Amino acid sequence: MHINVNGNTHNVDVEDEMPLLWVLRDELGITGPKYGCGIALCGSCTVHVDGHAIRSCSIGVKQVEGKSITTIEGLGTPDALHAVQEAWIEHQVAQCGYCQSGQIMAAAAFLMRNANPTDDQIDQAMSANLCRCGTYPRIRAAIKSATSKLNQG
Amino acid sequence: MMRKAIKIARRTFLLGTVAVSGGLAVGYWNIKDPIENPLLAHLSDGEYALTPYVKVTQSGVTIITPRAEMGQGVQSTLAALVAEELDVAWDSIKMEHGPESKAYVNTGIYGEVAPIDVTDESDTANSLRWAFGNVLGKLVANVQTTGGSSAIVDGYGKMRLAGAAARIVLMKAGAKSLNADWKQLKTDNGFVVAKNGTRLSYNELADVAARIPPPANPKLKPRSEWKYLGKSMPRLDMVEKSTGTAKFAIDVRLPNMLYATVRTNPQRGAKCGGYNKQKALAVPGVKQVIEVDNGVAVVATNTWYAMQGADALDCKWEMSSYQRNSEAIYEEALNDHEDKPDSVHNLSGDPDSIEGGDSVNVEYRVPYLSHATMEPMGATALLKNGRFDIWVGTQSPTLIRSRSSELTGLDEKNCHVHTLFMGGGFGRRSESDFTDQATKIAMELEGTPVKLTWTREEDIVQDFFRPLSIAQAKISAKEGKGIGLDIKVISSSVMDSKFADRWDIDFPGPDPTLVQPLPDQPYDLDHYRVTGYKSPINLPVGSWRSVGCSQNGFFHESALDELAYLAGEDPLEMRLRLLSHEPSLEVVRAVKNMSGWGRKLPEGHGLGVAFVHSFGVPTAQVFEVSQSQFGIKLEKIWAAVDVGIALDPKNIEAQVTGGIIYGLSAAIMGQITVEDGQVAQSNFHDFEILRLYQTPEVEVKIFENQRNISGVGEPGTPPAAPALANAIFAATGQRIRELPMNKFIDFV
Repeated sequence: MHINVNGNTHNVDVEDEMPLLWVLRDELGITGPKYGCGIALCGSCTVHVDGHAIRSCSIGVKQVEGKSITTIEGLGTPDALHAVQEAWIEHQVAQCGYCQSGQIMAAAAFLMRNANPTDDQIDQAMSANLCRCGTYPRIRAAIKSATSKLNQG
Repeated sequence: MMRKAIKIARRTFLLGTVAVSGGLAVGYWNIKDPIENPLLAHLSDGEYALTPYVKVTQSGVTIITPRAEMGQGVQSTLAALVAEELDVAWDSIKMEHGPESKAYVNTGIYGEVAPIDVTDESDTANSLRWAFGNVLGKLVANVQTTGGSSAIVDGYGKMRLAGAAARIVLMKAGAKSLNADWKQLKTDNGFVVAKNGTRLSYNELADVAARIPPPANPKLKPRSEWKYLGKSMPRLDMVEKSTGTAKFAIDVRLPNMLYATVRTNPQRGAKCGGYNKQKALAVPGVKQVIEVDNGVAVVATNTWYAMQGADALDCKWEMSSYQRNSEAIYEEALNDHEDKPDSVHNLSGDPDSIEGGDSVNVEYRVPYLSHATMEPMGATALLKNGRFDIWVGTQSPTLIRSRSSELTGLDEKNCHVHTLFMGGGFGRRSESDFTDQATKIAMELEGTPVKLTWTREEDIVQDFFRPLSIAQAKISAKEGKGIGLDIKVISSSVMDSKFADRWDIDFPGPDPTLVQPLPDQPYDLDHYRVTGYKSPINLPVGSWRSVGCSQNGFFHESALDELAYLAGEDPLEMRLRLLSHEPSLEVVRAVKNMSGWGRKLPEGHGLGVAFVHSFGVPTAQVFEVSQSQFGIKLEKIWAAVDVGIALDPKNIEAQVTGGIIYGLSAAIMGQITVEDGQVAQSNFHDFEILRLYQTPEVEVKIFENQRNISGVGEPGTPPAAPALANAIFAATGQRIRELPMNKFIDFV
């Protein structure tokens, strides 16, 4: 089957039920999305499917055939950062960094739909993504910065 | 002076602390005959190694940071130490973990080992720490390790010396080229600069510089001239970690690589009594089924196929030989711990002699805990043509090398450990169980690289847990003052589990982690005793961020709080009255002021304080909580630490904050329980961790009143649970003596 990731079409020959995460990571070598729990509990594997934040560990690849998939690699690059990534760097959010691809993808999708979130809305939107290093206070601060960047830009 | 003498006597068997973090201590610069620069064997064309820490390539300077990055920001701070003296532009620096080598042995851990009062920072005490570390280092071990909050203690001197020495050889190379006296030259951000303004880049001088022997004791910059150190520098891994380009062990990709996962017996230590090999091999993509210790590995063309294959194994598990459930383990610890104490620390007076006043006995409990790093355990290994390579996120590269040498039968020099970013460590990645498995799989599939990835379920169950532990305390008050604390800790021994059970080495002497850091708290109580008892090992136990300090900090600081209420003293003022160490007093005063301790609080609010001196860092925290109809809400946290020299304040703030949040997960909801002989939890739905909405604002103040520099990866964690318990008591009158607290009270 064919899947579209970050604007490129890939032909993959796997079982239909293989979760998108493992197609991305092991078949295509796109390793930004991370494996954390395998059952949509932690958010480390978050990618965008047609602009929605999706847990790639828990969606079969067949279900996203023909849809537009964006991973952290497609959101922005070190030379062309997305506003959320800029804010993450400005606030020095990451510690071990393992959950951060998922955190950033969740934040970017959230801000696409809510340009001026309240503190409570940020707390609600970001509480399904786990971080073991405890970067939450800086995630909160970075999202507020990203909001003003996006609104200016 | 009497006090010092007493405190020295308390610490008589600290050898164990060596083991806590795994290694000993000979720095490249600390020995007469320098170890050969380990970079020399790995250089490509156009690369030059000026010292074991400085490599110059055509694209600039690479700094070797031999402590592994697990989130604590250590690579950036170690790089800053070198860069400060070397004089290179911050944004031009590249970092590598470097090869495993004796040149990178961690000496910092051994300051903790010396039998000296932790609050004594005199020249004599410091010389003793140095001597202790180096002598022990040469005699006992030679281990490159990351742990014990020791990287900065270890690196503060030698990384700067390495940078300064490299700068001098570059200047000498420049002097040859310019036909000048090197002392007349200057440097500027990666260039040697002549008096007439001629600029020679470090790159062009590297070839000549690499052949000039580095000086042993170059002069270091005074602090007043620092441009990177003491400032909050952007972490060098931040862009990678914000763009998905940082490489963790799970991200390794090699040509023709296969993917594996394991299924091992949840009845820890017991064997696999049979499995359905054919059913696993029938799963699409599955290539091979391999037996490993107490379980089975499935190798496939994709990690998911391997996981499906593992599900198909239908393993039959033999029963483990320890207690069947957590209640029985608690009962066993209470009733069947060793009769003879493992250690007794008579800190002052005699708690048995107290007459009159009020004495109360209290008991505290904490459960087992998993580390639950976000990246599950895993490694990629390849055995080919008499050479073994393993790519792994590890706190202990030299341990992994010796294990792989033992398993493959290859000489250590043919075993290569490639250290990658760790998706969290917290002590879990100081172990070698998962790398042993990866090694065994690679041996079965010689010539083919195989990446092993554990499932989250495997990761939660097959951990080396923070021990289940009990404390019994007698607290005594007299005439309105807290005067006595007699605290007895009962726990299985991390050192026995690690050394005797896992590595078959008898651990010498008592286990200091069992009571860590209680004998070191600078409180002047009239009657003060700490006793440790070993209970049988059930689940295997290990080092969990701050090792003994998180559970013992909870016991001790909860008991002190109860003592204050028993005596009718204010809990914070009582600590100020009892603390005898000025930097410790200062951090407690700081959180008193930051939190407005004593102010009139809104209805249902409460403030709680805790203070723990661990890993050289006096740490005080005040928590404000409120009682609402939905349960306890964390309103705000104030923390103060004294690190001696704050090399990167923003990173220190991140570590203290993160340490507190890690401690809060354990305090509020973290528990591993045993049911029917195996761990009852399996993933983040039943081993919960704190979420963003539950996390309050944390304000951190950093002090530099201590003379010695200390690391802060761990000290933020121990005071978190007691500060929360004490705040909940202040808000509600409910004293919680067992973790996790959500067994007894609701949280928002």
